[in-house]
Amino acid sequence: MHYTLCDCVMDLIQNSIEAGSSHIQLNMNQSADSLEVSIRDDGCGMTDDELKRATDPFYTDGIKHKHRKVGLGLPFLIQTVTMTDGQFDIRSEKNKGTEIDIRFNLANIDTPPTGHIVSLLYQVLCFQGDYDLTAVRSLSKDGGELSYQVNRNEMLDVLGDLESAASLGLLRDFINSQEEDLLS
Amino acid sequence: MSKMTLEELRKLREAKKQEAAQRDTEGKDTLVIVGMGTCGIAAGAKDVVDALLDELKKVGNENVIIRQAGCMGLCHVEPTVEVRSPGIPNTIYGNVDAEVARKIVRQHIVDGRLVNKHVYDKPAADIIEQ
Ligand code: FES
Repeated sequence: MHYTLCDCVMDLIQNSIEAGSSHIQLNMNQSADSLEVSIRDDGCGMTDDELKRATDPFYTDGIKHKHRKVGLGLPFLIQTVTMTDGQFDIRSEKNKGTEIDIRFNLANIDTPPTGHIVSLLYQVLCFQGDYDLTAVRSLSKDGGELSYQVNRNEMLDVLGDLESAASLGLLRDFINSQEEDLLS
Repeated sequence: MSKMTLEELRKLREAKKQEAAQRDTEGKDTLVIVGMGTCGIAAGAKDVVDALLDELKKVGNENVIIRQAGCMGLCHVEPTVEVRSPGIPNTIYGNVDAEVARKIVRQHIVDGRLVNKHVYDKPAADIIEQ
């Protein structure tokens, strides 16, 4: 399978943006054998029923296909995580927002590859729309923890826009330099 | 690369703005849309964006607007790139990889010629050379 963990996270953030969130908090903490991801949004949220539908591939409301508007993304992610001894938790409240906590088990051979963190961060900052997003990326190693943070409004303020090739190039260089520093 | 501070980033952006102002409005009205649906990404849309940014920098035309679109409904020809450039009909390119992306910059955006082999949609058949 070509899908990476970063692609999964990107899908989830896209959901948060589509849910009309004004602020999204993304935390990614990586250690030798796990990648913990948490996403908090203040978007439209889901009722218990909607949540059930979003996470269960076989849920049916009896009206075949007609009102089906849920893709397989979330059930597929949950299956991948649980099959590889990871953890997945989602809580949602209508009109309040959604919280997702995932622990990917990097030690399991069936866990998809992590993917490219810099591209992920770059991408989730550059969707069109009026949302703020804070991403905290951290790495635990040798008993210590290193991290950096990027905030969308701050980047908009510094760069002026997030759509001209000039700004996008600089944004990529910026995130790259943070990541290199973290890994060095 | 050493860790960049926000101040450094701000300065770099200012410098670019001045550079662009001197070269006046070149490329300002060009809009490039990259399909970033699930299939686009699986097919390599990220490399395409990287190549576009890199090549635009090389040709010194960084005023171009780049947008990530979601699903364009064209899974079978992903990665897809739509280019809207003044004076040329809006064009959708399919099966774009990094190399084609560079061609799109040099040929389409800079020289105003279509990258014929990868045109997927829009311009009438008679202006595309087979
Ligand atoms: S999923 Fe392929 S174009 Fe939308």
